[in-house]
Amino acid sequence: MSTPVTTASESIPAQTAGAGKGASRLRTPRRNTPGRPKRSVLLTVLTGLMLLYTVVPLIWLVISATKTQEGLADSGGLWFADDFALWDNIRDTFTYNDGVFVRWLLNTVLYVVLGAGGATFLAILGGYALAKFNFPGKRAVFAVVIGAVAVPGTALAVPTFLMFSKMGLTDTPWAVIIPSLVSPFGLYLMWVFATEAIPTELLEAARMDGASEARTFFQVSLPLLAPGIVTVLLFTTVATWNNYFLPLIMLKDSDWYPLTLGLSVWNSQAETIGGDVIFNLVITGSLLTIVPLIAAFLLLQKYWQSGLAAGSVKE
Amino acid sequence: MRRKTSRLLRGIALLSALALGATACGGSDDEGSDQKPVSASDLQAALKKGGTVTVWAWEPTLKSVAADFEKKYPKVKINLVSERSGDKHYTALSNAIEAKKGVPDVAQVEYFALGQYALTKGLTDLAPFGAEKLKDKYTPGPWNAVTQGSDAVWGLPMDSGPMAMFYNKKVFDKNKIAVPTTWDEYVEAARKLHKADPKSFIAADAGDAGFTTSMLWQAGSRPYKVDGTKVKIDFSDAGAKKFTDTWQPLIDEKLLAPITGWTDDWYKGLGDGTIATLVTGAWMPANFVTGVANASGDWRVAPMPAWTKGDKATAENGGSSLTVPELAKNKELAYAFAKYANAEDGVQTRIKQGAFPATTAELQSQEFQNTKFEYFGGQQANKIFAESAANVADDWSYLPFQQYANSIFNDTVGKAYVSSTKLADGLKAWQDASVKYGNEQGFTVEK
Repeated sequence: MSTPVTTASESIPAQTAGAGKGASRLRTPRRNTPGRPKRSVLLTVLTGLMLLYTVVPLIWLVISATKTQEGLADSGGLWFADDFALWDNIRDTFTYNDGVFVRWLLNTVLYVVLGAGGATFLAILGGYALAKFNFPGKRAVFAVVIGAVAVPGTALAVPTFLMFSKMGLTDTPWAVIIPSLVSPFGLYLMWVFATEAIPTELLEAARMDGASEARTFFQVSLPLLAPGIVTVLLFTTVATWNNYFLPLIMLKDSDWYPLTLGLSVWNSQAETIGGDVIFNLVITGSLLTIVPLIAAFLLLQKYWQSGLAAGSVKE
Repeated sequence: MRRKTSRLLRGIALLSALALGATACGGSDDEGSDQKPVSASDLQAALKKGGTVTVWAWEPTLKSVAADFEKKYPKVKINLVSERSGDKHYTALSNAIEAKKGVPDVAQVEYFALGQYALTKGLTDLAPFGAEKLKDKYTPGPWNAVTQGSDAVWGLPMDSGPMAMFYNKKVFDKNKIAVPTTWDEYVEAARKLHKADPKSFIAADAGDAGFTTSMLWQAGSRPYKVDGTKVKIDFSDAGAKKFTDTWQPLIDEKLLAPITGWTDDWYKGLGDGTIATLVTGAWMPANFVTGVANASGDWRVAPMPAWTKGDKATAENGGSSLTVPELAKNKELAYAFAKYANAEDGVQTRIKQGAFPATTAELQSQEFQNTKFEYFGGQQANKIFAESAANVADDWSYLPFQQYANSIFNDTVGKAYVSSTKLADGLKAWQDASVKYGNEQGFTVEK
């Protein structure tokens, strides 16, 4: 499991020796960092508050998912009701309305695999090329990428809709997948990471030995990029998994809804005349929706932590 | 670097401006075509030939109606799209009509929004299909709404919402308060209740356009007068004053729970005694049963409070129709389905599932009136609803741009609920904003 991590750290001394021009600019001056950090009461309290702030909604969600519709109305949010209905709720969530939740779950997985997977792949290719090749217009590309990071996807959703509408792509899964393929932030991250993690000498050595560019990329560079790839993959996965606004305006047919839209449909049932009020299923569905994300973060923790730190620490 | 960044920022700003401009472009005017008469035998032939009917409607009972319809006419397939309701539904419908693409064959449209679509020729006049012969089937309120006071029929009434007062009997009994029959008694009850139990409120009202217009309707106010594209908006008549004089003290004395309708808080409040009464349409029981299941047996139904003792006039709240958009591909089949759902076998199916009918025969049938509601402690609540349906005050009309007007309700009248603005001033502001919008849209609007 930890092989790519060690490879990455091993590569760093080699790079310092070479002192790449781009890398030296990113170096931060060594600050006075003592081995034993001082304990600050204020910081501990603030961190504790922050922890509460982020964890309380989760606790609320888990506790509420154990309640029936009646239990939700009868009891306070942060403690259990008399009835424990978690299993019933989970079963009902999966079977309600002919199991439409499963369909939405599979749609979400499809969008994540193709959208986030594709976005990560493109970010790797682009980031690697920008980091390791020199070509005219590189600075312009840099400006565009940085600019694109600043534009929220939501702002582009409506123009994208108009364009897709003309192309006849709305109300198809492509309308969600294609815009998800672009991740300026992922590209930028890959770029920075590739600059740091792949010693140019290594590439030169590979080329000297007669490896083609494709082979150098796949067999030499890709393993070195693994922590960065996992980080970008996690970012794009979370973005695609949680995407609400884009599918909202692109999709009309509920057969293609992702979970986010599906849950909001269930929630709005309470607002309609004669609608079936199923807040308990909305809550349980929300819990089930975030479980895969939490699992992904915990399982890949080792990778993305080292990925985040890359470029920030120099030996 | 800084120079470059600022140029880039300007570029982005320009792009965003373009994007905004693109979304703001409007649709083109479209002349409606004249519909030739369609006879009953034409409809039968179309049903035999078959096809697909796309229905945009959130009414939950239509699911089984569609299944029955397909069983009866095996060649016809009903594609029921039911995920969107309210504003999202209308936005999608308007967009489809403007884009002339993806328009459904049948669309659910609430009575308040019908005028908007009828006037912009978005809907098919169903009179040539024989819809005007169905007039006697329906109660006057809904029929008035679908005809908009003309010879045309813009939709078939699906349900209706004659108003009644739902009240939490347990809360009233506990605090020994008499159930109000007039609005004056209602205000008194509100004071007593809140004094006896500071956690209890007579009602939840954080400002709701549908409720306010219904209250004005019952009070005898007729703020909207519509004659083609000539519109008059006036919230200063005697009826409106009656309403504001009664409602203002409730707001001033903080006797209304500031809970927005249809939220989880609201359902919770209905269940735990925070909200003691709910004056609304007769379609509410279905929502009580699923949304407030924990208070089963606590609630009862009483007639809507009157403005003067003994006055029986009520109003409608909510209710919707099935319409056939002008650009529908399969109008014969679309009409056949709407008729089946709202005037034939579908009506019974829908009532059995808790819908409130708009048809006279069903409203007056013994079976319907004698139905005991277990939720309301065995009360025969339909008797009260049917009585209310028969006493709905007439001559009410909504604006041909009511949907927009309702969307700005919270910015105008809503202020009265959260600041020192008076309700009457809020209504005045709503009037001014509505007049302005109407004139911009090509109506001739007077105050």
